[in-house]
Amino acid sequence: MISDKHLKIKLLLLPLASLLSCFAIAQGEWSGSVSFDTRVFSSDALYENQDDQNFSVAIEPEFYVDLKEGDQRVVFSPFFRYEVNDDERTHADLRELYWRGTFGDLEIKAGAVKVFWGVTESQHLVDVINQTDLVENIDAEDKLGQPMINLSWVKNWGTVELFVLPYFRERTFAGEDGRLRSRFVVDTDHPLYESGAEENHTDFAVRWSHWIGDWDIGIAHFTGTSREPLLIPALDNGGVVLLPYYQQIDQTSLDLQATKGDWLWKLEAIYNQNDREDYIAFVGGFEYTIVGVNDSTSDLGFLVEYHYDDRDENATTAFENDIFIGARWVLNDVQSTELLAGAIVDADSQASFASIEANRRLGQSWKVSLEARVLSSMDKQELLYDLRGDDYIELQIARYF
Amino acid sequence: MIKQVNIKTGAIVAGFLLMVSTLVGASAETPEEKGLAIALEAERRDQGFSDSRADLKMVLRNKRGEAAIRTMRSKVLEVSEDGDKSIFVFDDPRDVKGTALLTFAHKSGEDDQWLYLPALKRVKRIASKNKSGPFMGSEFAYEDMSSQEVDKYEYRYLREEVVDGRAMFVIEQFPVDKKSGYTRQIIWIGKEHYRPFRVDYYDRKHTHLKTLTFLDYKRYLDKYWRAQKMDMENHQTGKSTTLEWGEFIFRNGYTDRDFNRNSLAKTR
Repeated sequence: MISDKHLKIKLLLLPLASLLSCFAIAQGEWSGSVSFDTRVFSSDALYENQDDQNFSVAIEPEFYVDLKEGDQRVVFSPFFRYEVNDDERTHADLRELYWRGTFGDLEIKAGAVKVFWGVTESQHLVDVINQTDLVENIDAEDKLGQPMINLSWVKNWGTVELFVLPYFRERTFAGEDGRLRSRFVVDTDHPLYESGAEENHTDFAVRWSHWIGDWDIGIAHFTGTSREPLLIPALDNGGVVLLPYYQQIDQTSLDLQATKGDWLWKLEAIYNQNDREDYIAFVGGFEYTIVGVNDSTSDLGFLVEYHYDDRDENATTAFENDIFIGARWVLNDVQSTELLAGAIVDADSQASFASIEANRRLGQSWKVSLEARVLSSMDKQELLYDLRGDDYIELQIARYF
Repeated sequence: MIKQVNIKTGAIVAGFLLMVSTLVGASAETPEEKGLAIALEAERRDQGFSDSRADLKMVLRNKRGEAAIRTMRSKVLEVSEDGDKSIFVFDDPRDVKGTALLTFAHKSGEDDQWLYLPALKRVKRIASKNKSGPFMGSEFAYEDMSSQEVDKYEYRYLREEVVDGRAMFVIEQFPVDKKSGYTRQIIWIGKEHYRPFRVDYYDRKHTHLKTLTFLDYKRYLDKYWRAQKMDMENHQTGKSTTLEWGEFIFRNGYTDRDFNRNSLAKTR
């Protein structure tokens, strides 16, 4: 006869004890990276206090330990960046800290986790679980750790996942001294929420994913606080600031990939319901790869993706009727040299956003990366107009351990 | 009643036909049939291993002899009616640590492949037609690393040879898939245990591209032979890659659940 109280204490102590024991036994493993980077901007700063060159250093270690012969695992991955010029870009995050248990077909994760959904390359429409760490990079590929309880059932008819997301993470934005910001600074200290529970609103998501022959498919629904804020102008000490406003949304999504030989056909689509304006958006296209170009060992891939958002000019993204064209060159050499060049062009205004990313390993544990981003033909109506002076080249050197 | 009799008669007739065909076959086996028979026998002798895992070190050397190291772990699940399922997880170099490759090999048609990218937590279905491309910058192509299924080739028996005091069959095999990087391969197979000892690879221009040598064979579970070392030499570039396998561990009780998109992120 175990009393309720006893059970509760046991349940509380169990994860704590296992966490402590795993650090004590220390059979786990550390890995991670330290990186140094500098961004050089081609034009003079448009706004006061900004500098023409950035320097920063970042560290992202990861620790994991397996328990019960791998049926359980604890992962710990903190992140910290120090940026010389922008206080907002100097930031820390718990990218991941979770416990995972596998019980037959069922898998449970609890803690801060990173999750990725989707198939396309130039935009990640359906990837809605984690908040974007936008101050890291305007490509929105960096994500903040999301607190959650996640249940997954792996069956032969697909994987069903349930997410309970009890706490909301705000999007990061460049501060007053930082480049790559809008004319008015986003005031991340005073966010607005549609929900009275604010950041404590519990969000839910469910997803089914599977593959059938050449097809990979995912269908998901998310209900809760939008990861993408509306930016509301407001007065602050006589100046104008932008306040992030986080709506409540219901978003249903589909992601689909057909793998047909050298052709990958991709589609992501969402239907977003909210209090202001319901909308649909999609991104779809292909990636075609020529293997062994000119009898070499390198591969050349061509990417074309079309972006559509039916809010048109009211869209909160820059991708309302745009075409992405890109090329990926993979050398398949010992240094894993890769180059990705591409441009997103607005089909209506011809405004474009071009980028080049290249990287190569040096020796066994160093990696050097180069990134260039160029905006052109930005009209005043364009969402990215305020970034017109922020073309940059970034050089990064990372040491992996 | 009638059915039963029919089945019996049928069995007798079939048995008789089989006997006749075996007798005839022994004398009039074509080089193609003989080559296929050797490949089938080699496959038969490796059947029933269920699953295995092993650590793997890859040493990549360039013309000047400079070396780069890759380490990874591999898991294989035997699939009786189709090609095997496998996972490779990379440990070194550190920038690709945790990257994992899942392959469902198929007896016919393209293999299915997924790649897990740990930095983005992303699982990507990839075009398996990249089979002729280098595996991790090494001299091994993806197709050299994937499950060698009998149906992926057509065969021709060439001759018998004695190499280092060991009697060998020498057979030629031709990839069925036109996307293969090879037009043909010549394989030396030991007569005693049907183990491969050497493969010569001929590229699309029919020139001798690479030679693979199998070394340090070890027998597991009294039955399954595994080369602990494989040496691939590229004659056109002067580069080479050596695979050094750790101890193979068989019968780990793996199921399909250990070889799906979800398990990619957890394998390590």
